[in-house]
Amino acid sequence: MKNNDKEVKRDRPWLMRTYSGHSSAKASNELYRTNLAKGQTGLSVAFDLPTQTGYDADHPLARGEVGKVGVPIGHIGDMETLFDQIPLDKMNTSMTINATAAWLLSLYIAAAERQGVSPDQLQGTTQNDIVKEYLSRGTYIFPPAPSVRLTTDIISYTVHQIPKWNPTNVCSYHLQEAGATPTQELAYALSTAIAVLDAIRETGQVDASAFANMVGRTSFFVNAGIRFIEECCKMRAFVRMWDRIAKDRYGVEDPKLRRFRYGIQVNSLGLTEPQPENNVQRIVLEMLAVTLSKNARARAIQLPAWNEALGLPRPWDQQWALRMQQVLALETDLLEYGDILDGSPIIEAKVQELVQGAEKEMRRVREEGGMVQAVETGYVKRQLVTSHTARMRTIESGDLNIIGVNCFTETAESPLTSGTDSGIMKVDAAAELEQIERLKAFRAGRNDADVEAALDNLKDTARGGENIMESSIRCAHAGVTTGEWSNVLRNIFGEYRAPTGIDISAQSMGRSDTVELLRERTRRTGEDLGRPLKILVGKPGLDGHSNGAEQIAVKARDVGFEVVYEGIRLTPEQIVKAAEEEGVHLIGLSVLSGSHLELVDDALKRLAKLGLSELPVIVGGIVPVEDEQNLKAQGVAAVYTPKDSDMNLIMADLVNIIREHNGLKRFEDAA
Amino acid sequence: MIAVRALPNPGTLAESVSARDRSAVARALNLLDDKRPDARRYAARLLATLPADRLYRTGHLIGLTGPPGAGKSSLTAALVQVWRGRGLSVGILAVDPSSPISGGALLGDRLRMLSGELDDKVFIRSLACRGEFGGLSAEVWPMSLVMLAAFDIVLVETVGVGQKEIDVSKLTDTTCFVAQPASGDSIQFLKAGIMEVPHVLVVNKEDIGLAAKKTLSELRSTLKQPSDDDDWRVPALSASAAQGTGIEALANSLEAHRSWLERQGLLGSSRQRFQAEWVIKRLLEEFGRFGIECLGGKTVLMEKLMDTQGSAFDQYDLLQEQFLSDCAGETASLAR
Repeated sequence: MKNNDKEVKRDRPWLMRTYSGHSSAKASNELYRTNLAKGQTGLSVAFDLPTQTGYDADHPLARGEVGKVGVPIGHIGDMETLFDQIPLDKMNTSMTINATAAWLLSLYIAAAERQGVSPDQLQGTTQNDIVKEYLSRGTYIFPPAPSVRLTTDIISYTVHQIPKWNPTNVCSYHLQEAGATPTQELAYALSTAIAVLDAIRETGQVDASAFANMVGRTSFFVNAGIRFIEECCKMRAFVRMWDRIAKDRYGVEDPKLRRFRYGIQVNSLGLTEPQPENNVQRIVLEMLAVTLSKNARARAIQLPAWNEALGLPRPWDQQWALRMQQVLALETDLLEYGDILDGSPIIEAKVQELVQGAEKEMRRVREEGGMVQAVETGYVKRQLVTSHTARMRTIESGDLNIIGVNCFTETAESPLTSGTDSGIMKVDAAAELEQIERLKAFRAGRNDADVEAALDNLKDTARGGENIMESSIRCAHAGVTTGEWSNVLRNIFGEYRAPTGIDISAQSMGRSDTVELLRERTRRTGEDLGRPLKILVGKPGLDGHSNGAEQIAVKARDVGFEVVYEGIRLTPEQIVKAAEEEGVHLIGLSVLSGSHLELVDDALKRLAKLGLSELPVIVGGIVPVEDEQNLKAQGVAAVYTPKDSDMNLIMADLVNIIREHNGLKRFEDAA
Repeated sequence: MIAVRALPNPGTLAESVSARDRSAVARALNLLDDKRPDARRYAARLLATLPADRLYRTGHLIGLTGPPGAGKSSLTAALVQVWRGRGLSVGILAVDPSSPISGGALLGDRLRMLSGELDDKVFIRSLACRGEFGGLSAEVWPMSLVMLAAFDIVLVETVGVGQKEIDVSKLTDTTCFVAQPASGDSIQFLKAGIMEVPHVLVVNKEDIGLAAKKTLSELRSTLKQPSDDDDWRVPALSASAAQGTGIEALANSLEAHRSWLERQGLLGSSRQRFQAEWVIKRLLEEFGRFGIECLGGKTVLMEKLMDTQGSAFDQYDLLQEQFLSDCAGETASLAR
């Protein structure tokens, strides 16, 4: 490479991945091989929600979710298919898996063994950060204590058996999606890492030198938002703080083992549905935040596709995302320089400010008794909901500009979304049935005695304190399914239902004229109907992204509704039962997993069966336009998607929907 | 007018409620919550039509109260499991505070009461307390009666510390207070006599260890046990909803209190008194203090309602008519 006619050494590019997986192991395998041929240098596996939450494809809760947001992996057969013709000794695979991480890693190890690859040759990452699942992502299964045990089991297993594995990828990514400010992201991610490492130290499963390696293998998964200068400073703050923690708290002498190693996915929730092409420049700018600074550069990058707010990206959309990375790494001169931000007083001052703020918040978490306690008491969730609410307010008021959403909304028709596929990929509806068929065939073909013995062995291990990994790998080879493995542990560890974080923290949204007007309308409509307006907000299915539902619930309360918030992971049957018992005037369903058609249809049928078909149902989520029409034809009163960012308008709408369904006149003027 | 036509026939509704029809219970609760004049009349008639046997002699009305964060909902969930194991059906009224500014409320308790399994024999209705700060809104008691007609056990869960919040004891057979370990508040209230002594005391979260034990022993030392063998001896228990320990014992103590009430012949009469108080409250709302005076004053009314055999709700209609014929003219002339 030439630079001023001088040979210069370029840094090696980061690992380039695309978070992908859908429909079936076979379809995903084809996609992976195509992506690798296009120059992707690692794999990032997206699992579907039943796999992430430990259900087989034929479980009632899995209905409509199989193969939707990722690939369904029910057993060793699926895992072998997923990596067919991909040599696992050469691949670096990141798996976004948490509650069932020990199980999916066991399947991965077993599949590798069947390829003739021994565990010590494997390279990759299991996300394995359960703390943020309670706070944001929602794919937890067990209560915190046994969850931390599973996490530490994986870590102490891999440090001895798979030395090149990153056993836990502490996520600040989802904290940002849940509303965290950069300071909160720093504080909570680092507090989580401390909680995990402290827990391992307490188990005594590792000696001092192995422990230093373990600190070195701890990696992070970070989010980069659009304020890219601040985000860049955030990454520098992470590097500085982690180095100190590793040195002072854990006594790690080797500076290499104190490096803050992280992968990144740039902010998906900030992507907009209106004028979706603008997301391309958002994504590129956000990528700069994690690459500009050599000393705080990401080890692995995965970029979302421009159309993620519309639905599932197609292979071409993913290719575009990959090409963005390739252009930055291979065409530009970025990798020819040292750290270009070192010595900038402005950058340094900002980093200092973030470090100080984060240290203060970390002290606060310590006062709560550490990160696990702070999550259990709801402290962290309350802080996040407060920040998120504040952010939503700045968008509503127009203080925060989002181009194409709350300003410059005029647009020419987009040729990108006008094609026959509306610019997104559709998962074949038959995929779920086919997966269930394959699962049944697999169950029929295995040795039941082996399965029983392996499950008994797993039970003993789970009840005792031994490391869970050996017995899980045995289960993998024996042909145990994802649902069976998870059920054994559910029965022993119990299941967790999280505090919602919205009950205490949600402050009033102030007294703006619009809010006052809405309160008046809610109150008057309640009087007209004899009792205060009551709505139910619920999330059917397995999707755990509860932020949208929580925002609606909080806002509705602020304008005077009585809100029954049902939280996540419920069957349509449970939601309909609750709606009847609670005597609500309206049901709001939030679905972000793409399973809206199946789940809403199910709920509407059940309501009709109870004689409640006059009860209006609204749907919120990532719903493509043609699905929106489809839902309305089925009887849904309104559909809200990410483009409906004005919460006051939604609230005014809800009041009117209730009025119309009860034979009252609408309030005509806009709120 | 659509809404009025939609009101259910009270007679048929009462029948379906007594047949333990879940949809009917839901509709009856909506009706009792409805403030429109027509709905109020229908509601009174619904209550009057419910079978007296269920209202005075069977079932168990339990109030569960305690400070925020004491784990009442988790404890309720654990109790429900025990009761379901004993083959009993359960109705729950969960009362949450509402915002004094917007009037809105977030009712999140169901979440912690759901075991995940669908069970037709468990019915939960959440209710905002709607500005009647500290107290229970007027709808709670008749709602609990409708549930009593359809379920074996009815539990009313309210947030509270101190006297005002233990209002729930004025409408339930058995009041259970859940204390938060390591928080001295409830003990202080008890000592100072600010809080009426509940029938059963339980310290939740015994799994946290020392702090729970300490709270339990303080509570025990605060309680003055009666000298008379016939009087109820208030048990102070410890339990852990999270670990599932002490829950059977708690269910047994609640049941023991009910048996004691029955042995003493107090069950029917206390329920009759709650009912009488509600009728007076309702008349007071409708006709004001003048109305009550005109009908003979609170004491006379109370006696009259307590003496009535069968439903006092029938009396409500009569008293209403009596007021309209005897006193309304007077009101009108006064107004002139």
